[in-house]
This record gives sequence, C-alpha cells and structure tokens, in this order.
Amino acid sequence: MLEIVILILLILAGLWAVMAPNLLKAAIGLAVASAILAIIMFNLNATLAAVFELSVCAGLITVVFISVISLTRQPSDREMSSKKILKRFAFLPLVMLLAALGLAMLMSKPDFNLVMAQSPSEDMRLVLWGQRQMDLLGQVVVLLTAVFGVVVLFKERKRQEKEDME
Amino acid sequence: MINMFPFYCGGIALLLIAGLYCVLVSENVIRILIGIEIMTKAATLAIVLAGYAVGRVALGQCLAITLIIVEVAVIAVASGITVGIFRQNGSLETSKLKSLKG
Repeated sequence: MLEIVILILLILAGLWAVMAPNLLKAAIGLAVASAILAIIMFNLNATLAAVFELSVCAGLITVVFISVISLTRQPSDREMSSKKILKRFAFLPLVMLLAALGLAMLMSKPDFNLVMAQSPSEDMRLVLWGQRQMDLLGQVVVLLTAVFGVVVLFKERKRQEKEDME
Repeated sequence: MINMFPFYCGGIALLLIAGLYCVLVSENVIRILIGIEIMTKAATLAIVLAGYAVGRVALGQCLAITLIIVEVAVIAVASGITVGIFRQNGSLETSKLKSLKG
C-alpha cells in the first residue's frame, strides 16, 4: 500500500514539474520527483543507483537548471497564466487515461510477480567490473564529451563578449 | 501482499507520456528539457524495475547508473546551448528562434 502512495506521489511530482506556471517551481518539482524516485529505487533493492539518483539528479541537475533559469531570466518575464497552462495541457488527462487503459489491458496477465521475485545476493561491483567494463568506457567517453561541449560553449561565449566589448 | 508490477508499469507509462506531451506542446526550451528529464526518470525506473523483476538487481543498477551519467551529460550540454540561444536571440521561446530557418 505504501508503495502505491509513493508511486502516486512520483506521478504528481512529475505532473507538477511539467505543468508548474513558474520555471523555478518546475525545477523544484523535478528535484522532488528525483528524490521520490530514489525512495522507490531503495524499495527495489537498488541502493547504489538510488544514491546516484539522489545526489546527481536531485542535486546537480537541479543546480544546473536553477542556474540556467537565473541566467536566462528577463526583467519582463512573467509567470504563465494558469488559464494558458490549462489550455495547453487540456489533452494531457485524456492521453494519460488512454495510456493507462491500454496498459491495464496489456498487463491484465502479468508474467512477473514482484512479490515472488527474490533477488539473489549478486555484488554490484563484481557485475560492473566483471561484465560491464564497456559501460565504464562509454561513461568516460560521454563525460569527456560533456566536459568538452561545455568548455567549447563557454569559450564561444567569452569570445563573443570580447567582440562586443571591442 | 499485492503484486506491484502492473502499478509500476502504469506509473512508468504515465510519466513517459507526461514528459512526451510536455516536449511536444511546450514553447520554452527549459520546459522542453524538463520534459526530457521526466522521460528519463521513467526510463530509469523501468530499468531498475526490470532488473528487480528478473532477479538481477545489480545489472539493473549498472545500467541505471550509466543512464544517469548520460542524463547529466545531456543536461550539461543542453544548458550551455540554452544559454547560448538566449544570448543570441534574447528569448527562449521556440517560435522566436528564427536563426535556424533555412
């Protein structure tokens, strides 16, 4: 029962992040959704992934979002009116209802029973270093790409600022 | 105890659809990024749930961590591009981004 409540909270936080009138509130809603997702991961025995989710997604990504929002805020920015939001997201409940119905039909005879699923005590470090070494290589490449991307973007910006000064 | 698998699947589908809908209807670039984030959350939960359901939680965790790292890289680069777009155009509304028109 508690799991269902947490899942509903996750969906509500996700909806709040999508529909909040203010971008800052949307970013905070995203952080709350990440924190709730971390709780669900703890519940599913994925403790290390939950710690990553909590520290990186609820922490770092929220900081990045808030700094981008503050960097791109204009003095003339106003909150989107709730009428406009309701108009824009008018079809969301219908689409969600259709998806829920479709999924209920698909999952009427689920093959997996999570009550019965007992995870064997497999060490995550052994799996990561023994079976998924290529993932680590991919992670390093992705991180390096991100670092180079951010560096190039900031360099471009500095050059532009210099040109503007001249 | 009840079987939570269909409920988790329903939650994943609803999150995915909310994120996709947000990406499709939003005009603000930051809001589109938030929609992508919501979809990534659904994917992370799906991976962890699949690992749990087949009894290989460790493998699910490895893949979830990889997904989180990719997510961070995407958001870092996309934020830089967003700030660049704002400096170039003075707005984040997608309808006003005319410099990409062919």
